[in-house]
Amino acid sequence: MSFELLEKFRDPDLCRKILDKMESELDRELRFMEVCGTHTVAIFQSGLRSLLPEKVVHLSGPGCPVCVTHESEVNAFLDLAGRDKVIMATFGDLMRVPGDKGRNLKKAMADGARVKVVYSPFDTLKLAKENPDDLVVFIGVGFETTAPTIAGTMKMARQQGIENLRILCFHKTVPTALDALLSDEAINIDGFILPGHVSAIIGVEPYRFIARDYAKSAVVTGFEPLDILQSLNQMIEWRNKGEAHVSNNYTRIVGENGNPKALEIMYEVFEPCDALWRGLGLIPGSGLEIRPEWEQFDAKKEFGIEIKESPSLPGCKCGDILKGVKQPDQCPLFGKACTPADPVGPCMVSTEGSCAAYYKYKLD
Amino acid sequence: MSDKVLLDYGSGGRASQRLISELFLKHLGNDELDRLNDAAVLSLSGKVAMSTDSFTVDPIFFPGGDIGSLAVHGTVNDVAMMGAIPRYITCGYIIEEGLPMADLEKIVASMGEAARKAGVKVVTGDTKVVPKGACDKIFINTTGIGDVIADPAPSGDAARPGDAVLVSGTIGDHGLTVLGTREGLDFEAKVQSDSAALNHLLVKLVSELPEVHVLRDPTRGGLATTLNEITKSSNVCCELIENDIPVRAEVKGGCSILGLDPLYLANEGKFLCVLPGEYADKALEIMRADPLGQDARRIGTMTDANPGKVVLVTPLGGKRLLGMLEGEQLPRIC
Ligand code: SF4
Ligand code: SF4
Repeated sequence: MSFELLEKFRDPDLCRKILDKMESELDRELRFMEVCGTHTVAIFQSGLRSLLPEKVVHLSGPGCPVCVTHESEVNAFLDLAGRDKVIMATFGDLMRVPGDKGRNLKKAMADGARVKVVYSPFDTLKLAKENPDDLVVFIGVGFETTAPTIAGTMKMARQQGIENLRILCFHKTVPTALDALLSDEAINIDGFILPGHVSAIIGVEPYRFIARDYAKSAVVTGFEPLDILQSLNQMIEWRNKGEAHVSNNYTRIVGENGNPKALEIMYEVFEPCDALWRGLGLIPGSGLEIRPEWEQFDAKKEFGIEIKESPSLPGCKCGDILKGVKQPDQCPLFGKACTPADPVGPCMVSTEGSCAAYYKYKLD
Repeated sequence: MSDKVLLDYGSGGRASQRLISELFLKHLGNDELDRLNDAAVLSLSGKVAMSTDSFTVDPIFFPGGDIGSLAVHGTVNDVAMMGAIPRYITCGYIIEEGLPMADLEKIVASMGEAARKAGVKVVTGDTKVVPKGACDKIFINTTGIGDVIADPAPSGDAARPGDAVLVSGTIGDHGLTVLGTREGLDFEAKVQSDSAALNHLLVKLVSELPEVHVLRDPTRGGLATTLNEITKSSNVCCELIENDIPVRAEVKGGCSILGLDPLYLANEGKFLCVLPGEYADKALEIMRADPLGQDARRIGTMTDANPGKVVLVTPLGGKRLLGMLEGEQLPRIC
């Protein structure tokens, strides 16, 4: 997308108009949750957060892959880091995620573990070729956005006969998590801002249940201020009419059926499984695991890793925050015992986490 | 000399002598260095500014510069930010065994060229060669010293409410270039490091303006971190207008792909200037008359609203905090 075109989605005058319209049409509170961490950051970064009408309650959901990576998953990759003949490959986001006993990948590196930050899963192919005597283990976290590229990497590794690459697969799927959230009585959300990147892969169809089964609205949304405002405004209009819909407001990127090719590769290599989410616990069918035909790449099998429910971090309210029950600054540790320099929970670690966004951008 | 740097070259014996006379003196030589005494004898008068920095950039060659010129620019700029004329620098080289001699020569030549342009003399130096793996290709330390001409000298705690905040040009070029080159990322339009010595421009600035409160080069941590340091030590609030901060379209684009914020990226040829509002136009005029300051802009104002904080006014008119960088910027997942 060209820059000039993007500028249109930042037009301050148009934004002002929609903001005024929202203000006049809202007679009660509207609680909306954005699922994706990039939306959280966009809302703060653009200054939207400080301009939204007071009646719009803005909640950040379970949309950052780092935030929802379960404690035991973090401990599993930290256990592997530092093993003889293992090179861990990871996206940068995971470097500071805390595991038990204050461990993290940065510290593991200082202790001698070989950890390589990669920009694309495809970089691991080169890494594996350059280190034929070692096992390169890529930490696969993320949603439907990253899973297809990792599947593609595995396919390519097979084509090239690369035998020393493993994937530690912690992938999760977004619609299943939303279903779990909506079925929780404690949760009170009027509408969802649906993730742009994830939806580019899965399309709109998998979200239809939100209106059908729960009578709530949801809009697939881009990351510019106008994208977000238009989606919110749309949901206000529907609510005033007593309707609920799921629609696509990001048609410049997201097709109704997503990206069938990417989905095909993804399901060729992965299959659904139960997954543990940080703060949300076990959600049936919400994860992706490596199919038996591809198990030569499966780090969990190779190292006999089991992911178990474990006690959550004392004091951390990440669970409530991911569900939209609490705002970050309502956590007693926020900004005190828990800061980006010394994070207690994952919501403070990831740059896209809601606690980190509050800490970084919120003025008062 | 061999085509690779060998451990022998750091032995202090004949090989070292050859390296020094055939390579270092050839490119860095001047009346003081050529004497090869144990220490340099310098003449300076009045107040003196001094600064030291070690350079460990990866890659050592990047579009727009290399570690040799960078080691001069970085230290020259640090001295100049105190309202001083940099006069002399020292250099310490730590070289990894096996570095191609041609690379070393390129670096030393580039250092010599940078020093001549900046008008500083390299007056003393040191070379060590360490075994393979003990350092990454080459590390350079430089120390610079200069005469302070500003009175009072600019200082990070001298910003006052009502002061204008100026930046000498576009932000983030160096950081994105180095990162992009290191990771082998190809950005559509090429970006280049802005590495440059700013001393001539800075000297003009402090000698022509009656008062300059703060001068700082936003190197590591970038514009945002540097401004946070200033607002904290001066206990003022900096209100920045996002639309007024100059960032090249290529840098914006590269950053959005990688999930980085240009306001936190390192710069090596830019400076921030905080001075009383009434002198802002004059300062901009002086800056824009120099090629290194042609894109200079006023980007904000110091206020007393939120002491110690940097507030960004976004294009939408919203306000948000612009905090300090926590650790290094890490690219996000998707
Ligand atoms: S991984 Fe993608 S979809 Fe998820 S929070 Fe990050 S940008 Fe959004
Ligand atoms: S502030 Fe820290 S401890 Fe509290 S919920 Fe956020 S991440 Fe968890």
